[in-house]
Amino acid sequence: MKEKAKILDEEGINRAIMRIAHEIIEKNKGSAGLCVVGIRNRGVYIAQRIAACIKQIEGMDVLTGALDITLYRDDLALASGQPLVRKTEIDFDINAKNLVLVDDVLYTGRTIRAALDALIDFGRPKSIQLAVLVDRGHRELPIRADFVGKNIPTSNKESVEVRLQEVDGIDEVAIVEKLGGDSSPCGAQNDV
Amino acid sequence: MSILIKGGRVIDPENKIDAILDVLIENNKISKVAKNINSSADTVIDASNKIVAPGIVDMHVHLREPGREDKETVATATLAAAKGGVTTVLAMPNTQPAMDCPESVRLLQEIIRKDAKVNVLICGTITKGRLGQELSDIAALKKSGVYAISDDGCSVDSDELMLEALKKAKQAGLLTICHAEDKKLSGKGVINLGFNSTRLGLRGISNESEYKRVRRDIELAKNSAAAVHIAHVSCRESVEIIAKAKKTGVQVTCETAPHYFTLTEDALLGYDTNMKMNPPLRSKEDLIAIKQGLKDGSIDAIASDHAPHTENEKDIEFERAEFGVVGLETELSVSITELINKQVLDWPGLITRFCLNPARILGLDRGRLTAGSFADVVIISDQQSWIVDKPALVSKSKNSPFLGSCLKGLVDYTICNGIIAYQR
Amino acid sequence: MGWTKKDLLGLEYLTPEEIELILDTAESFKEVSTREIKKVPALRGKTAVNLFYEPSTRTRVSFEVAAKRLSADVINIATETSSVRKGETLIDTGKNIQALKADIIIMRHNYSGAANMLARALDISVVNAGDGWHEHPTQALLDIFTLKEKLGKIKGLNVAIVGDIAHSRVARSNIWGLTKLGANVTLCAPEMLLPVGIELTGAKTSSNIDEVLKKADAVNVLRMQFERDEGTAFPEQLDYFKKFGITEERLAKAKKDIVVMHPGPINRGIEMSSEVADGKNSVILEQVTNGIAVRMAVLFLISQAREAKK
Repeated sequence: MKEKAKILDEEGINRAIMRIAHEIIEKNKGSAGLCVVGIRNRGVYIAQRIAACIKQIEGMDVLTGALDITLYRDDLALASGQPLVRKTEIDFDINAKNLVLVDDVLYTGRTIRAALDALIDFGRPKSIQLAVLVDRGHRELPIRADFVGKNIPTSNKESVEVRLQEVDGIDEVAIVEKLGGDSSPCGAQNDV
Repeated sequence: MSILIKGGRVIDPENKIDAILDVLIENNKISKVAKNINSSADTVIDASNKIVAPGIVDMHVHLREPGREDKETVATATLAAAKGGVTTVLAMPNTQPAMDCPESVRLLQEIIRKDAKVNVLICGTITKGRLGQELSDIAALKKSGVYAISDDGCSVDSDELMLEALKKAKQAGLLTICHAEDKKLSGKGVINLGFNSTRLGLRGISNESEYKRVRRDIELAKNSAAAVHIAHVSCRESVEIIAKAKKTGVQVTCETAPHYFTLTEDALLGYDTNMKMNPPLRSKEDLIAIKQGLKDGSIDAIASDHAPHTENEKDIEFERAEFGVVGLETELSVSITELINKQVLDWPGLITRFCLNPARILGLDRGRLTAGSFADVVIISDQQSWIVDKPALVSKSKNSPFLGSCLKGLVDYTICNGIIAYQR
Repeated sequence: MGWTKKDLLGLEYLTPEEIELILDTAESFKEVSTREIKKVPALRGKTAVNLFYEPSTRTRVSFEVAAKRLSADVINIATETSSVRKGETLIDTGKNIQALKADIIIMRHNYSGAANMLARALDISVVNAGDGWHEHPTQALLDIFTLKEKLGKIKGLNVAIVGDIAHSRVARSNIWGLTKLGANVTLCAPEMLLPVGIELTGAKTSSNIDEVLKKADAVNVLRMQFERDEGTAFPEQLDYFKKFGITEERLAKAKKDIVVMHPGPINRGIEMSSEVADGKNSVILEQVTNGIAVRMAVLFLISQAREAKK
């Protein structure tokens, strides 16, 4: 992997998350009946940060959860390395909630497809909205985000890396070039 | 019909020969062993860089005929023997019918006369049906032409009956071969008793079940002044007991099989049924003791305990699979690889245990290259390697514990009674 | 690191890391069984065959539930009614199941090593659900999972296994798994039921249950089967209960929070009193619940490894 460009730094990420929080409140007319569910791994931390921002603005706790979509992946049968199954933690009833699904990067849309399937197994939310820190294009499914931190046009030879304090010890977003030029979306770093 | 074998390293322990010599065979007998024999033989074999030795006398072979021709026949077993350098086999009596009466012996003799490619000697049973209940007519068996008696696969549990058998055998001038196993102790065991039987969850067979019976049979041999031969010695205590008895003058001899000085119970860790035999593969310490016994002469002979079984009887759950492995085609190569090349025995030592000693134990005019003896000769490329695989085996059954092994030593010619029985 | 093995035959054959991976994966799967819809699509379109040569309700049902919660199709073959009765060999049966394009065979067999043999003969996965006295890996995994859940760790724990060690596949698998993860294992049984050389696994042995219980953080009580092996000397039943039975009096002298496990089914009053089986230290029913998660993890990992190899 060769790093090509830094897209966001810590401040940039914070601003993007704060703006997303404002947009979520605006669209849902407040934070009542709202819950935020992050997709493992980094989506969980972004979800927690969004929830914290909403609390800061609205003064109310927002329910947060973590979703592991491994078991719902459509490429489980493909040889894309062995995915680790992690815990799903949604300790509240999602029925009739406005649920904001959060991920770090939106790419082919397949992760979101899997996440929607998983969520339906948990109940019937009033609505599901999608928030992502980065939208890098190249959709393979009819899926779009409701809230986007930053749109970054990329080529398939590139990959977008979101690094977070909680996981990587630093807050930043970078574009890196994949060595060997793997253009298969299934082999992509983020969003499968 | 004459054969001249030129320029080989001739090993003949009986005549203390280990030198580059020629061997001349005329009229089924050894005619001359000397330097540079100039004779116009019908066949001349160049044996330079090869070993020339007496043919192997294998005291423990299961031909399976009559009764289990699906496993092996006299024809296939003796072909396997010839390929392995074996010119004489002692056929164990656990056939169907068992060799417990002259009629059965004659039946087998008829088959041998038709089909055998090497010398086949018959071993009769000690008791009728090998059931350990009633003695066979040992004198009649001797008269019909058996060379020894054994209840192979079983030991005669009753001390009185065994003593009686030994006395009758002595009277008849027959050797008694003992399968030393106390089934009350070995029970339903399938592998050596120890950590491996524990971790595999299999019932174990203790050393004790063997050596206690060795001790008893030696005691009975002493009391009857008869000769006994202990079959397939596998454990260190048996070697010790036999060595001690020999020193006190008991007429006891014994054999071991190549797998007991090559493989240990660790070979069982994958539940390979081709490693299942009775007695079982033992511990490392036992293997060392067997090698030492071969070296110091406590163990007189090497025999294959060739025990063919069909795949149907081996390719099943370990506990249900038959005991026994084939060995005629590998015993010489395994011994070269394990004993000669690891300096346990030298060539005269190996030939003594493969040829001379078993011939003496059975009272045969074989196992040596003395002029006038039967011309059983084997010519060996001792440096040649080969890999044991199923297609390479001519035995009807392929249940070898050495499948996949790379062995040293290949037989080029096996000459039996002056006739080439096998040529590579 | 990932899972690469085609089969699960025993814990003796696994590395500590592989055992940890199963336990960690099981932890994620445990949540699935708490959902309203207790099903994930991970093994959709896969076929698992329960091939049981020995009667077993709990293990078979546990595997069936686990496979179904992963959306696999499950076929149960009871050997009493199959062609096995007509003398078909194990390998032939296995090859026939493979020819049906099944993906996993879950096998219980009365002969030790049967699963090893079948796994060698087939390309599809074999999960050992207990073979003879050899191994019962998923039982040990669920025991260890439960223990870890209760006590937070395995390393350094003092675990006692009490009962007929000699004839127990549960004991063997537990010994391998626990010692690999760094627990101190003590086997407690009458001398005649301790198999030769068992201490070479790293486990200690004792015939004094009270001494062993004093130090134990957990005790796994094996089911006593007095009828199983003719020819083996067994202690007298009542005498066994007196000397080795787990009772409240005995537990009173043990650590207060000692975890009491049993692979089931329990012989109340033989290896364990009813009060203990139903008492506050008993985790026997939690073991059953955890069995589902552990078996889901095993089926998932194994089927992923096979996919990766394709």
